[in-house]
Amino acid sequence: MSISIVNGRLVDPAHGIDDTLDVHIDGAQVVAVGDAPAEFTADEVIDAAGCVVCPGLVDLAAGLREPGYEHKATLASEATAAAATGITTVLCTPDTNPVIDNSAVVELVHRIARKLGQARILATGALTRGLNGEQLSEMAALKQAGCVAVSNAHHPLGSTLVERRALEYASTFGLTVFLRPEDRHLRAGGCVHEGAVATRLGLPSIPSAAESVAVARDLALAETCDAKVHFRALSTLTAVRMLSDAQAAGLAVTADVAAHQLHLTEMDVEGFDAECHVSPPFRTLADRDALRRAVADGTIAAICSDHQPHEPDAKERPFPEAEPGISGLETLLGLTLRLVDEGVVDLPTALARVTSGPADILGLPYGRLQIGAPADVCIFDPEQRWTLRRDAMHSEGHNTPFDGWDFPGVVRYTIFNGRVVFRGTGDA
Amino acid sequence: MASLRPPNLQLNEHGRLRHFLTIDGLGRELLTQILDTAESFAALPGRPVKKVPLLRGRIITNLFFENSTRTRTTFELAAKLLSADVINFNIGTSATSKGETLLDTLRNIEAMHSDMFVVRHGQSGAAHFIAEHAAPRVSVINAGDGRHAHPTQAMLDMFTIRKHKGDFTPLRVAIVGDVLHSRVARSQILALNTLGVTEVRVVGPRTLLPSEARVLGVHVFHDLEDGVRDVDVVIMLRLQNERMDGALLPNEHEYFRLYGLTDERLEAAKPDAIVMHPGPINRGIEMDSAVADGPRSVILQQVSYGIAVRMAVMSMAMQSQADLHSDGGDAP
Repeated sequence: MSISIVNGRLVDPAHGIDDTLDVHIDGAQVVAVGDAPAEFTADEVIDAAGCVVCPGLVDLAAGLREPGYEHKATLASEATAAAATGITTVLCTPDTNPVIDNSAVVELVHRIARKLGQARILATGALTRGLNGEQLSEMAALKQAGCVAVSNAHHPLGSTLVERRALEYASTFGLTVFLRPEDRHLRAGGCVHEGAVATRLGLPSIPSAAESVAVARDLALAETCDAKVHFRALSTLTAVRMLSDAQAAGLAVTADVAAHQLHLTEMDVEGFDAECHVSPPFRTLADRDALRRAVADGTIAAICSDHQPHEPDAKERPFPEAEPGISGLETLLGLTLRLVDEGVVDLPTALARVTSGPADILGLPYGRLQIGAPADVCIFDPEQRWTLRRDAMHSEGHNTPFDGWDFPGVVRYTIFNGRVVFRGTGDA
Repeated sequence: MASLRPPNLQLNEHGRLRHFLTIDGLGRELLTQILDTAESFAALPGRPVKKVPLLRGRIITNLFFENSTRTRTTFELAAKLLSADVINFNIGTSATSKGETLLDTLRNIEAMHSDMFVVRHGQSGAAHFIAEHAAPRVSVINAGDGRHAHPTQAMLDMFTIRKHKGDFTPLRVAIVGDVLHSRVARSQILALNTLGVTEVRVVGPRTLLPSEARVLGVHVFHDLEDGVRDVDVVIMLRLQNERMDGALLPNEHEYFRLYGLTDERLEAAKPDAIVMHPGPINRGIEMDSAVADGPRSVILQQVSYGIAVRMAVMSMAMQSQADLHSDGGDAP
């Protein structure tokens, strides 16, 4: 199968390209950018006039629920959701049942994903056995089985000593460690940001210091252990400042932010909207703006979906009892493009944060379009807008606070490994 | 991207009270209407024929997910004085431990044709949740949800204050103790500010005050004598025993030494200041027995006024259902 994508605006942030250039694909690879190779004939020519052509999106963190929580979502349903929104590479979190803490589960996930052929699903291995926070997982075996990073998902580590050992052991094998910086003692059963809204609604709250205390600890250990640490889902201004200082001092630490954190704040919890129960919690406008600035200047190199699909029962409960998280795959591109609309970043920068940015954090060869690279492409119409309807979501999880929101950028085609895995109808 | 405040779930399209979940979002006029209506019921318990037939034929269900004999009894009594039939469900944690969700419990009880749920629940926002999911013909009264709100308690306190002080506008009120964990305090503060008092103060150590207490519209004091100086009303809050465990306080002894109300400390307040407490009192921790039983204490009046206020709220919410029926046309 060969494809030529012609007349589109090619935005390839990894190579600083933003120009009208064609892309030619043969088999699973990009064979030319610009003019077609001599004697190249495409089986399909996609006219991308008026559209943006960019690398397929790379999402560093999505809970895909299989194996074990198929009542929330399955690899099949979520791979379809990814394909429908231009995401071609997804790192799934290890908090499945059984936990992704041994090579058998990694192979199971990868095998199902390959069979589906909708998106590249890569397993994040567990940092500790069963995510228990106490014993190290078989990281060498996990890496050998294809894990590209290790993390303890939302589960806390038992102690600072366990964290130190885990970082040292992971770095032995060159594995990047994803950390969710949160001091569990300061969290103390809270469910919203400790601020004005929590005060008024009387909801148990989580101070910003729960994040900054953990970031300080993690940075100290990253330096001590000379480990590759990546902070998942930052939420506070203070953490961003600490990260920026550490990067300036030469520490090789990176971070991502969940797309929803760039748009919502504690005010959205008003009325006890359980769809806004997320972890880390939505914080203040000042925090949101600091996160936006960090995305703009590259301190935060990746925006991720932090996808957490739930069955309706998980959210149809009083606010504190509702399970945290948003079904975020389908709003990753839309929320990122809204940043362009709102003047936070330009289009190439926005796309960098969901393509080459996340890929470079792990040294993955995705999120870029060059000769010989895997042909993962997203083609979207930036002028057309669409409205998210909960009932029309592809993901099994319909839990979203963005129901009824208007988004720029309608995806026309998603190409994964040289195959068209999604064709938009053209209707918004 | 802060969204607009959600529409007020508590009012029907005529601006009448449909559910009573929180003081937040209700105007001074409506709160005054509750107090005036309560006034008309306050005399009833003293009469030989105690009942009025306002809610005859109605079924009111007490849905208590947290135990509270006292609050449940006053709601039950209020409902019976209005001639309603009352069903009591003490759900505790048993239903949820059997795997039934709150929504399942709700649907089951709805199937019993209740007209009103009186809900107490340990989680903030639970009463809102139930009101959002209940059938349109059902009114929900919040009898306390987590740390969020306890609006009938706040209104009976307002009733008590009005009985003694008349006009709210010149008043200074001090609320002393564990404001952080108190749904009563949150509702009292909202009610006092809505009714236009001059000043609301909260008094306590920082571990027992919310991080952003000022957003509630209060002045913050850490010293009891400063906090009660020249106030007209002192409201003492109950201190739960478990507060010592979470490293919020060293011990009861130090708490009483700093924040326990004594006759001596009450000297700083206005000579005619009244002392209130939502009960039950921990004598020797929140206040001296001499204060609790003294001439300025109105604690027992609060309890009896509670019945009249709950009758007022129940009858008003049921009245708004009549709006619904007359609009619908086809309802009996």
